[in-house]
Amino acid sequence: MITLPKPKPDVLARRDAVHEGLRAIMQDRGVITDATKLKPYETDGLSAYRQMPLAVVLPETTEQVAAVLRFCHQNGVRVVPRGAGTSLAGGALPLEDAVVIGMMRMNQIVEVNYRDRYAVVQAGVTNLGITKAVEADGFFYAPDPSSQLACMIGGNIGMNSGGAHCLKYGVTANNVLGIKLVTIEGEILELGGTHLDTAGYDWLGIVVGSEGQLGIATEITVRILRAPEGTRAMLAAFDGNEVAGACVDAIIASGIIPVALEFMDRPAIHACEAFAHAGYPLDAEAMLIIEVEGSVAEQDWLLGQIKEICARFNPISLKVSQSAEESAAIWKGRKGAFGAVGRISPDYLCMDGTIPTSTLPLVLRRIGEMSVQYGLQVANIFHAGDGNLHPLIMFDANDPTSMHKAEAFGADVLRLCVEVGGCLTGEHGVGVEKRDLMSVQFTEIELEAQRRVKSAFDPEWLLNTAKVFPLQAGTASAGPDALPHAA
Amino acid sequence: MQTNFTLDQLADPNIAVADKILRSCVHCGFCTATCPTFVTVGDEDDSPRGRIYLIKDMLETGAPASTPVAFHLDRCLSCLACMTTCPSGVDYMHLIDYARVRVEETYQRPAHDRALRAVLAAVLPYPARMRAALRAASLGRSVRGMIGTRGMLGQRLRAMLDLAPGAVAGRSSTERPGVFKAQGTRRARVALLAGCAQQVIDPGIHDATIRLLTRMGVEVVVAKGAGCCGALTHHLGKHDAALAFARANVAAWTREIGAGGLDAVVTDTSGCGTVLKDYGFLLRDTPEAEDAARIAGLAVDISELLVRLEYQPSVTPPPGMVIAYHAACSLQHGQRVTEAPKALLRRAGFTVVEPRDPHLCCGSAGTYNILQPEMAGRLRERKLGTIAPLKPDAIVGGNVGCLTQLSGTAIPTIHTVVMLDWMAGGPRPETLPSDATIAATRPPAAVAQDAEATWS
Repeated sequence: MITLPKPKPDVLARRDAVHEGLRAIMQDRGVITDATKLKPYETDGLSAYRQMPLAVVLPETTEQVAAVLRFCHQNGVRVVPRGAGTSLAGGALPLEDAVVIGMMRMNQIVEVNYRDRYAVVQAGVTNLGITKAVEADGFFYAPDPSSQLACMIGGNIGMNSGGAHCLKYGVTANNVLGIKLVTIEGEILELGGTHLDTAGYDWLGIVVGSEGQLGIATEITVRILRAPEGTRAMLAAFDGNEVAGACVDAIIASGIIPVALEFMDRPAIHACEAFAHAGYPLDAEAMLIIEVEGSVAEQDWLLGQIKEICARFNPISLKVSQSAEESAAIWKGRKGAFGAVGRISPDYLCMDGTIPTSTLPLVLRRIGEMSVQYGLQVANIFHAGDGNLHPLIMFDANDPTSMHKAEAFGADVLRLCVEVGGCLTGEHGVGVEKRDLMSVQFTEIELEAQRRVKSAFDPEWLLNTAKVFPLQAGTASAGPDALPHAA
Repeated sequence: MQTNFTLDQLADPNIAVADKILRSCVHCGFCTATCPTFVTVGDEDDSPRGRIYLIKDMLETGAPASTPVAFHLDRCLSCLACMTTCPSGVDYMHLIDYARVRVEETYQRPAHDRALRAVLAAVLPYPARMRAALRAASLGRSVRGMIGTRGMLGQRLRAMLDLAPGAVAGRSSTERPGVFKAQGTRRARVALLAGCAQQVIDPGIHDATIRLLTRMGVEVVVAKGAGCCGALTHHLGKHDAALAFARANVAAWTREIGAGGLDAVVTDTSGCGTVLKDYGFLLRDTPEAEDAARIAGLAVDISELLVRLEYQPSVTPPPGMVIAYHAACSLQHGQRVTEAPKALLRRAGFTVVEPRDPHLCCGSAGTYNILQPEMAGRLRERKLGTIAPLKPDAIVGGNVGCLTQLSGTAIPTIHTVVMLDWMAGGPRPETLPSDATIAATRPPAAVAQDAEATWS
């Protein structure tokens, strides 16, 4: 089980004063302090980890966010930013002495500019909400995490989220043009702009993926793209995970970049079919969803090439979607996959390692072996084209042994990812979940360099502390007192 | 999701059911995105996932429902959009239903709240009382201006007066048991849920159903002893009263099955349909369990029945007419009937458009618009705001609650079956604008384009 840093006793002692201060700033709107009402905020998409916060604040303007941060900074109170609370890595897990700043009331589309192809949106707009706002005019926002229906763009910035279509269009970092960032001191910064690349240091590069540890994004300028003329999905079914993995490697190696290339194994296929009724091949051990886009001629040519490659791996079946409805059902199953696994297991840990695609067969075989070794079932559903794995390790949270086994299994999978030349996280972020594995990926010197970036923005380590970096040995603290070189 | 019940607690069959439901939730949060209250107020406590968590805590601790728990559970519309969205198949409906019973049993509401709920439960399910209440309401309208707008009580009183129709119709043809004979060769025999409030608010809906079905060769029975479906009291957490209604209906229709056979139990009020289809679960621990399950299996919405009977129109709509289909939550989420009504309306010749965010509730939700006037009002504005740009000649839907909630603008609200009956030889709905007005609103050539622009 993950350790959280010791709460600051002086902050806990000032609980009432903190509540009062927040109410004054917020003029009595959107401040939650009642224990019953706080309870649903004690966790996020990683519900195995829970911690009641000191308070929850739901600001409606950037100025309110700034005022709350300034107050917390002045009073030495830790802050945990939260979007829709869909993090699978515990990114929004509260701390006992922290104020949660929930961004869901900031859900306005501020500006849409088709000519220069950007949209300015508040942090609490859902990922899909951006596309919904521009799709009638033939545009879309490209990164599409599976939780896109619910997850918010602010959280996408924090975790540098990916998605099925990032194989072609890049992840969040490649699609963000500007960020209005509020620092822990309550200063409002405008980073980037409305165009690609800006003068000077790449501040966006530092902020995107910083897991709410450098500041809170309140307004984001994203790139919107012209929707393709058309898309078509196909399903390729195979009789084994490894052979499907090898097929993925062959497609990527051939130089074809489908718009999406997704992998599902048998348990995933069955769980998702029960939810989406998409016509998935129930007799297969593994299935690929391959989507191409463009003009009809382009789609036909690409599908022809891909079919030829698939044929070399003895597929059980190859099926091209015949209608928009069929494609929608195929994607509904994939996008709802994590939740759908809830139909076959009460709980799961969703891993998020990334590996070179050439190592897919090896890694899938090893995961299968570990599954036997730990006696826990695994469902594999992932962005195969990117080598971004999502093994879902199924367990029973009502059984502590099962939970510990699942955590150990997950850690082994991530170690394996690093071992084959990959990394701990593709898109979910480190959060608390993978925090203690960071030293598998990085040397102490590398970690220290990153801690210094954090310290430059937030010297007292008040922002989303206890995430990303392993707690310092013996201190159970993530704060600057644990950092030998902190400013 | 992890739960924390003792074996003693799990021995209670209700807790065992709740535990199973809670365990199926993986806390992914997808449901938040399609929840009307979360979208409106942006607070986890007002989302399905938050409510599930509040319920979990209330049941695990075994404590009486607290004021915040009652507040947030009361704010749930039971629209069940979350169930349509949920990839894990969480049975939110049965969880919130049981939680409402717990709130009703363990939470001491303020006196005026208790009184209002008691009045609603004692009046709405009974047509004669309902009619008397509506007559009183039309008198009450003259003093509306004198009612304060600040307090919850004042808002609720105003909401009730605003929802009451201007003129109260006399007793409808379905208030007494009877058999409406099929015209020509009889193709089927069905029981119609005469129900309660709808036949008082708009008796024309049942009339249209009976006309249309009998014309299509269906014998329609209003069974003796059947009444309110139980939904109104059920959603107020008044479990025993709801069960009593359900039992009476099951008994009445079971007798009817014995007497002349029933091919279906049909309802033209989708809010009731959701509950009818759930009778098997509601009465699972009673001696009538088997009968209840059979009735639930026979229950269909009028639109499902009309698709089955291959509805055909006999006349064509006025040129240029466009109707906005409003999907009632009880139909689209509660019963997962989404395509049938639209397909029928299109078959009838109408150009059917749909507003943006069709999955979001209009705020009607049974007695919700009386008990939660502020939230209901915001949802009404939102819904009307998405319908207005479509410039429809009518808003058409399958639930009287929604039709009442969305009335009061220049656009008439009309039941699906009334429109279908009209195109099959029935009377023209009185509230529709004239053919000339319809044609003037929009040239027929523009209609095809509008149909293309429909949101999906």
